[in-house]
Amino acid sequence: MEPFARLTAVAAPMDLPNIDTDRIIPARFLRRPRESGFGPLLFHDVRFGADGGERADFVLNRPAYREARILVTAENFGCGSSREMAVWALLDHGIRVVIGPSFGDIFVENCFKNGALAIVVPGETAAGLRDALAARPGTSLTVDLEAQTIAGAGAPPIRFEVDAFRKHGLLTGRDELALTLEQLPAIEAFEARRRVEMPWLG
Amino acid sequence: MSRTMFEKIWSRHVVAKGPGGQSLLYVDRHLLHEGSTHAFGRLERKGHAVRRPEACVATADHYVPTAPGPIADPEVRGMVADLERHTGRLGITFFGRGEPRQGIVHVIGPEQGVTQPGILLVCGDSHTATHGAFGALAFGVGSTEVEHVLATQCLWQRKPLVMRITVTGARPFGVMAKDVILSIIARIGAGGGVGYALEYAGPAIRGMSMDERMTVCNMSIEAGARAGMVAPDETTFAYLEGRPSAPRGDMWGRALAHWRTLPSDPDAIFNREITLDAALIAPTVTWGTSPQDALPITERVPDPAAVGDPARRASMERALAYMGLTAGAPLAGTAVSRVFIGSCTNSRLEDLRAAAGIARGRRAAVPAWVVPGSGAVKRAAEAEGLDRVFTDAGFEWREPGCSMCVGMNGDTAAAGERVASTSNRNFEGRQGRGARTHLMSPAMAAAAAVTGRLTDVRTLA
Repeated sequence: MEPFARLTAVAAPMDLPNIDTDRIIPARFLRRPRESGFGPLLFHDVRFGADGGERADFVLNRPAYREARILVTAENFGCGSSREMAVWALLDHGIRVVIGPSFGDIFVENCFKNGALAIVVPGETAAGLRDALAARPGTSLTVDLEAQTIAGAGAPPIRFEVDAFRKHGLLTGRDELALTLEQLPAIEAFEARRRVEMPWLG
Repeated sequence: MSRTMFEKIWSRHVVAKGPGGQSLLYVDRHLLHEGSTHAFGRLERKGHAVRRPEACVATADHYVPTAPGPIADPEVRGMVADLERHTGRLGITFFGRGEPRQGIVHVIGPEQGVTQPGILLVCGDSHTATHGAFGALAFGVGSTEVEHVLATQCLWQRKPLVMRITVTGARPFGVMAKDVILSIIARIGAGGGVGYALEYAGPAIRGMSMDERMTVCNMSIEAGARAGMVAPDETTFAYLEGRPSAPRGDMWGRALAHWRTLPSDPDAIFNREITLDAALIAPTVTWGTSPQDALPITERVPDPAAVGDPARRASMERALAYMGLTAGAPLAGTAVSRVFIGSCTNSRLEDLRAAAGIARGRRAAVPAWVVPGSGAVKRAAEAEGLDRVFTDAGFEWREPGCSMCVGMNGDTAAAGERVASTSNRNFEGRQGRGARTHLMSPAMAAAAAVTGRLTDVRTLA
């Protein structure tokens, strides 16, 4: 996993609440291998018309937002299906950070496991950021994970919370599997206890 | 100290604690499907072993066609073959196509007795909350987490809050479990359960069968909650006893004693409490592109102009444009193009009985599919003659699988088609690009099939 510490990049606003992972990547593309690249499939059916051409009204197709690497969203972004390809599509398109008032719980897990940063901020803060980005298309934000701040858009830096476990994972790009395998003695002890207490589970 | 059922199960599964409030949890059972092949592939490349193959059960459901005969799509054939190869080399139980126990992963787990009270169960699918109907802690995980569980039998998680949703009273005639959960989602919103595990309680839940409880828990994720659960009771135990993977003999007694300790203590504190009266719930349909957009069939399409919040108004306008609906028009009477009865929400025997009850002696006015949730459901339905009821009424009786719920296996609707569907998601494009989905109960879907319109099932019964 590629570590993440700090990013200064164009941020794009997405105002609709409840953008589900089916919209982020339609189901018919999920069978593709990881290596094939999911960037061109991001938001496919709202980003491209039925003829395959770009829809000029879709935010990421507008000239000012084409280089966006940060999304500022509304409530419950990434709800629905557990498909990890939603995060792969965001990353492959270049988006490393999503900022919003709430996210689908599984989507958030998938972000952190893949080196993407999901930042929860209060609803008014997210709305303020979206308004600022819409007023000045192409505005950059700086997201600093170490300092836990979002700066730019002419406002004072916004401090955000992130749990220490996830923060450390992103900063170091650690292999979580290797970390867990260090806990093997604890896992074995748990299994031994479980065999005694709940033998019917095998 | 008083504890919730969630707390009892969670604390029993903590292997180790990490920083930031994260816990390493032990996973008792892991269900897998074709979508898990990415994880198997990565594991193989890294040379990791599977820690407990005997704790895993795999099936083919998401991608398999539900038309009879061999798998025509070479890519899907390859995926199913891949899953068979991985499970074979790892010694994992696999119910492939044509195997009598094959079916939708959330139908077969309970059916086989793999799902049990008090266990922690995961699957790489967001509808894993279904298994919470047994008083299990069950939730969906991503593909990296699937890989992690295969290798370690554990998962790092942050503890969610707990919300109790109490449904009082009794369901009126014509109101199914689906109407109850759609009403709950409409009440708390598609994001209302984010960060929570839900416990469904109250007399209306307690009075439900296991099939009904599974329908309710299944859609917890549509309210944003990863897990939803119902306390185990005599209904649960009666369902489980004698199932192939359920405990037997002495073990049954020991398990039962443990299971009886699981329900939330009477004075347990929940982080949030919601109460609904079942008597006020009517047969419900969705009108928009989020499961929260649900209303009684007797209502009219809502008017965005009447909504103050501009973001909500814009969202409603977009949904109505996508759905091709006019504000103020009655929901009942809206013409549908086709009907889908199936999915992990509503493909179990009782669902099919309810749909057949409406289809019996009538004739489908539009193409209507019935897709049983598993081989076992299909055989049981056929033993009762339900297949004949459906086929005599002009419905199509198909093979088990996820079918039109997921839009990835070839079972899709065309752009602009309006589908009366018993599935769980009415998202844009969910059932095919441009397809319009109305969620409803199996009885309501059957009513839509025989009239060709969204119809109040109570007018047909």
